[in-house]
Amino acid sequence: MAIYLTRESKVLVQGMTGAEGMRHTRRMLAAGTDVVGGVNPRKAGRTVDFDGRAMPVFGSVHDARETTGADVSVLFVPPAFSKDAVMEAADAGIPLAVVITEGIPVHDAVVFQAHARRRGTRVIGPNCPGLITPGQSNAGIIPADITEPGRVGLVSKSGTLTYQLMYELRDIGFSTCVGIGGDPVVGTTHIDCLAAFEADPETELIVLIGEIGGDAEERAATCIAEHVTKPVVAYVAGFTAPEGRTMGHAGAIVSGSSGTARAKKAALEAVGVRVGETPSATARLVRDRLASTDGRLAPG
Amino acid sequence: MDLYEHQARELFEEHGILVPRAEVATSAEEARACAARLGGRVLVKAQVKAGGRGKAGGVKRAADPPAAELMARQILGMDIKGHTVRAVMLAQSVAIESEFYVSYALDRAAGQFLAIASAEGGMDIEDVAATRPEAVARVPIDPGEGVVRHKAAEIAAAAGLPAEAADTLTALWNVLIREDALLVEVNPLVRTPQGQLIALDAKVTLDDNAHFRQARWGVQDTAYDDEREAVAAAKGLTYVKLDGQVGVIGNGAGLVMATLDAVAGRGARPANFLDIGGGASAQVMADGLGVVLGDPSVTCVLVNVFGGITACDAVADGIVRALESVRLTKPLVVRLDGNNAARGRAVLDACAHPLVEQATTMDGAARRAAELAHVAPAV
Repeated sequence: MAIYLTRESKVLVQGMTGAEGMRHTRRMLAAGTDVVGGVNPRKAGRTVDFDGRAMPVFGSVHDARETTGADVSVLFVPPAFSKDAVMEAADAGIPLAVVITEGIPVHDAVVFQAHARRRGTRVIGPNCPGLITPGQSNAGIIPADITEPGRVGLVSKSGTLTYQLMYELRDIGFSTCVGIGGDPVVGTTHIDCLAAFEADPETELIVLIGEIGGDAEERAATCIAEHVTKPVVAYVAGFTAPEGRTMGHAGAIVSGSSGTARAKKAALEAVGVRVGETPSATARLVRDRLASTDGRLAPG
Repeated sequence: MDLYEHQARELFEEHGILVPRAEVATSAEEARACAARLGGRVLVKAQVKAGGRGKAGGVKRAADPPAAELMARQILGMDIKGHTVRAVMLAQSVAIESEFYVSYALDRAAGQFLAIASAEGGMDIEDVAATRPEAVARVPIDPGEGVVRHKAAEIAAAAGLPAEAADTLTALWNVLIREDALLVEVNPLVRTPQGQLIALDAKVTLDDNAHFRQARWGVQDTAYDDEREAVAAAKGLTYVKLDGQVGVIGNGAGLVMATLDAVAGRGARPANFLDIGGGASAQVMADGLGVVLGDPSVTCVLVNVFGGITACDAVADGIVRALESVRLTKPLVVRLDGNNAARGRAVLDACAHPLVEQATTMDGAARRAAELAHVAPAV
């Protein structure tokens, strides 16, 4: 099993005919994703060829969903048009919208997240690398060939740290890796993914990657204490970040006394989560933890 | 991006919020003339993008123009939390009967904005919130409805503000929405003996991501920022100047932050944060290296790339290209993994520059860079 995305997922690409959309649709297809088409109102009825596979272009998400039964939409739509595109996906009843686009204004995110919640659409992102269930499906831009299917679930605010951890633990493998994005307002949180991994029988251990800004990690710690029985290993980036400076991600800023990596690490450790000092050290903690679990489970 | 107080004040005025008359001066003599035009009794306020100006001595009361000149002389050039004061705002003195606090801020957990208001304004709101949380009202705002008349009245009542504060609350919400602000804050909002509500301070943080539709403040005050930050921004790089010796370049905000931490964990201090972003070309890498090598405080550079969309051979080509135009005098440690890593490593091997060495892991690269930063002579 996996969370949110399986080999049965039918994936639509909003913005498929743009440069980024084309590039990543090709990569998703190569990773085995069941891509069923794209959306572009100005190119409806055409097809786009991806190495011999003709992908239909629909005029609206509604049409695409009617025709193909798409249940996931991956969005590569420019920031100025992203709000409308997400709302269109939600109105068409798409259960999962993965918003890769970087640089969406926060006011737009607030509006489309509220709209999606009302319509029952789960949004992942914006400004995220998407999610991958290795060996089954890839919705977004995470490289598909750096890890294997396995028993670790991963949820991360950072794209490249997702890749780094996937690579470090490639021999153990992953159930699903979810990049939730580094913006101040994201649709799917650490807590949502923790709950989903807790319920997923194939996930034995959860890796949580956080960074400075906000209090999502502190809230995740509370959730872990109350609801998560599986082992959790974490990494938090940004110990050296100065106050008041945005470090790359729009949401990665230490303001006043809140949002520091130190506070997040302390909150996680207080509920029994082991927190690594670097990505490699974090990977070692995962190995140690799995080895001790395996030891307990081994007969005799 | 934070606005200076005088810019935020200007926005408030445009949206119909009462503010004291004010002028900006960049010299003490100018401050004296401004004070004279404003009637003599003024507040002299440091214009820096940092809180706690009052406590730092950056806000002073002057009874007449000569006093304003003296105060301005003391405040100009001051350092407040790492920001040099290059301008002061002179604001007309206002008679105060009572002081309040009002703001709209993003509640990240709820994914929507929140009104925060208190009848106990004028002091550190964090202290009030910590010691007497019941004195601070927090009212969530439905993004579909915003702050209309009855919502504003609800906020005012919840915080114990006078009923007429509803107008200010509505106007302040309009500032937030129309200007794509992430934060608007007034502390204090004062009531005069005549019953007027006046915003004595103004803080506005704009959303950088909304520049495409809010171009107005886009190009302001680049001279106030670090010079290298301006150069990097012009080249589309995400760069933050820090105070250490190891220049750090990587792809992706999370990985670069992790690299800074790894360097610090090895006893050295990072000189900067530089993210070349996803799918960076050789030119972007070369530009980034140029910016970091141009920083005289850098004694060693660490490049840490995990190629996802970014191709490691393009990164290596960028390094080689930069080495053709800049004479390298500082050691350069490179760690490449992921997409096209083998080709990238081969490119650097073939270049065989005596000051360039490769590391196979991120931790190893950080350790080596920290060592080299200490042995390298300061330039």
